[in-house]
Formats: sequence, C-alpha cells, structure tokens
Amino acid sequence: MIRVNNLKKTFGELEVLSGINEHIRKGEVVVVIGPSGSGKSTFLRCLNLLETPTEGEIFIDDEKINDPKVDVNRIRQKMGMVFQHFNLFPHLTILGNITLAPVMLKKMTKQQAHDKALELLAKVGLEDKADAYPAQLSGGQKQRVAIARALAMEPEIMLFDEPTSALDPEMVGEVLDVMKGLANTGMTMVVVTHEMGFAKEVGTRLLFMDQGIVMESGVPKDIFENPQNERTQKFLSKVLK
Amino acid sequence: MDMTTAFSWFSGFQESFEKTFIREDRYKLFIDGILLTLKVSLLAVIIGIIIGFIIALCNLSKHLPLRLIGKVYTDVIRGTPSVTQLMIIYFVIFATVDLEKWIIAAIAFGINSGAYVSEIIRAGIMSIDKGQTEAGRSLGLNGRQTMMKIVIPQALKNIFPALCNEFIVLIKETAIVGYVGLMDIQKASDFVKSATFEAAMPLLATAVIYFVIIKILTICLGLLEKKLRKSDAR
Repeated sequence: MIRVNNLKKTFGELEVLSGINEHIRKGEVVVVIGPSGSGKSTFLRCLNLLETPTEGEIFIDDEKINDPKVDVNRIRQKMGMVFQHFNLFPHLTILGNITLAPVMLKKMTKQQAHDKALELLAKVGLEDKADAYPAQLSGGQKQRVAIARALAMEPEIMLFDEPTSALDPEMVGEVLDVMKGLANTGMTMVVVTHEMGFAKEVGTRLLFMDQGIVMESGVPKDIFENPQNERTQKFLSKVLK
Repeated sequence: MDMTTAFSWFSGFQESFEKTFIREDRYKLFIDGILLTLKVSLLAVIIGIIIGFIIALCNLSKHLPLRLIGKVYTDVIRGTPSVTQLMIIYFVIFATVDLEKWIIAAIAFGINSGAYVSEIIRAGIMSIDKGQTEAGRSLGLNGRQTMMKIVIPQALKNIFPALCNEFIVLIKETAIVGYVGLMDIQKASDFVKSATFEAAMPLLATAVIYFVIIKILTICLGLLEKKLRKSDAR
C-alpha cells in the first residue's frame, strides 16, 4: 500500500532522514518508535507530503506521490492525519470541524456529512459534544474529535504523529482505546508514539528509528523481548523501566 | 459665581448657540457635514479592507513580484502624509475623471487605509499556528481553501480590535477632506466660525459630534466582537 524507497530529507545542512526503505501493507498497524530527533515524525510527515522529500520515492497504491505532477490534495484525501497538538479549528463547532473538509471537497452533501459526523462522534463517544467548541473540550476529547475529523474523509490510511504526547496521563487511555478500535476495523495505520504498551498490544509491526534510518523492524513482541540492534537495546532499556 | 455672572454666562452661551446653529439654519451645515463624513468613511473602510486584503496576500505570497508590489505600496503610503495623498489623488490622478467628489475622496482614504489594514491582516494571518494550516492541508484542502476557511476567519477574530482602531483613525482622518473642497463636519464648523467670528462653539460642537459618532461605533463594534468571541467560551 505504501512503499518508500531511499527516502531522504534534509533541512538546510541537517540530514534528518538518511535513506529509508519501507513497505507498509494494507491493514498493517506500523508503530514507529525512537529517541527524539531520530526523524520519526519527519518520516510520517513525508508520507502525506507535509514535508517534501529531498530524495527518494514514495508510492501509494503504486502511484509515485512525490512527483510535481501529482495532485497532492487528492493524495492527502486518502490519508488522515492526527497531530500531537490536535489542531482542531477553534472557530468551528465540533460538527463544523468534522464536516468542513468532506463538504468543501464535495465528497458529501451537507446532510451526508452531518450524519457521518454524528456517527463518527458516537464511535469516539462524544455525540453529545457535536455543538460544542474545541475550547470547551478536554485534551483527550479534542484528540478523539481530531480522529473523527480525519475519518470523515474516509481515508484508506491513518497517520498518527505522537497522538498522546500532549495529553494529561489520565486521558491517554481514552485516545488509545479509540485507536485500538480503529486498528480492529482493519485500518492501515502508521503511528509514531512513545506508548510502548500500545505498540506491543496493537502494533503488527514495530520500526525502531534512530539517526534518520530504520535501525530495526519486526514483530513488536520480538523486538521488545529480544532486540537485536545495540541502539534498540539501549533505547528500550531506558523507556521500559 | 453670583447670579448675575451666571446669568450673563448663560445668555452668552445662548447667544452663541443661536448664532452657531439656529441663525440661517446653520445646523443644516452640520447635519450635511455629518452625512458626508459618514458616507466618505464608510466607503473608505470598505475600499480599505479590500485593498488591505489584496496587499496582505501580496506581502505573504511566495512570488517575488507580488511581494514587491505589496512592499512598495505599503512603503509609499506610509511614507507620505495623507493630506498630500488626498490632494494628489483628487487634483492629479482623478483630475479628469468624472466621479462624484466624495467618492474620489473615499477612494483616496481607502487607498491610504489599505496600507495599514494590510499590515494588520498580515500580522493576523501570521499569528495563526502553522498546525492549523497543516490540519487543513492534511484533510486534502488546497492552500486557498485552507486560507479562506481556516486561517482568515481566525485571523480576523484576532485582529478585530486592531481593525476597529484603524476604522476610528480613518473616520477622524477624513476631517481633512476640506482640503479638496468637501464640506464635512470639520469644514462646516470652519465655515460657521468664519461667518460668526466665534471659534469656541463650532469647534466644541465638532469635537462632540466626532466623539459621539465614534462612541456609538465603539459600542456597536464591541457587541460584534462579543459575538465573534462566542467560540472562546469555556
């Protein structure tokens, strides 16, 4: 579904991604972990072209997307993204947040988008917040709305960029539960996170990134219990205390 | 103050009031002046917002020629006195154009205000977190849709107080239209002053009229702002 060949990204002098090769299949839940500055967020942001790759190729369903001739907006409609800081639109109600893109991009009529939004809000347990504004929600609720907003475009792939890192500890669970539910529906997901429990339980594959490359990749349980790479061992010994 | 001085002060006040407003129906001059000030200000505000938007988007554009246009515009307007601009536009640029005088004046004030409004709008757009644009783009909206539906509505709310301030300045700035022969509030009071040889009453009246207009406007804008802030409720 997603194929990445020799992906490189530099910011000025700094090389953040130094050649990534990955193949993410339909229905996989790929969890990306690694120390900060390892390039995991940049990798994720390259996948929907929020960052333009400096070198290399990204294919989605066999279409090369980092090509100037490709309509980026069409590609992005296939991929939902959830951000660390939610990035809800504060001037719109929850319903407005969710229906904006589907209606504007003529994917749905107003009525269809409205119904879909309520259905998604029910799924994330927030149907009673439809007419509230983002400022009235807690962090966990905001992130669940952000997931619903991304799902409203009926994406084939969902990207999560540290979705629980900005949350108070007691709200992490409710967001992870929603993500778990989503994984169970067979959604293809790429999740950058520090939640090792989630990685182990929900991830079908784990990527350990450091210094701009994928150092180790495999079944989460195997990596957690028996890391092969020295850097993975070091990292895991620090985070799994 | 004993009764006699109080009485003479009062009768003096009464007399100059009569001279300034009642005699020869001079109050009509003030009313016409108020209408002209309002007319010119309103049209100028509209023109100023339109120009301000265009110039702000030029200044934020990734195309160098557009940025250059924006920069030169803002520089020239901010670097020259508004009276000079008004007179150049009125007596030089629109000298041979057949338009009503007040409209030409409004265009001149709008062009002037546009430069200031554009800086306010630019600051407003830049104040919106980059994450908002990214969220919009990640949903598949294009740059223009993201700007119009996500960034600008939020920016407008943030810059509302600064824009109100600019409108108030603009209303008071129109007091120079007398330079091109239009009879606004200020010019009406000058006219009356030279007819009655009395300065205090017409000038104080002018100040009061401007103050009341701006006070009413401030109250209305305050109500509007409250409505705009609806989504901030917690």
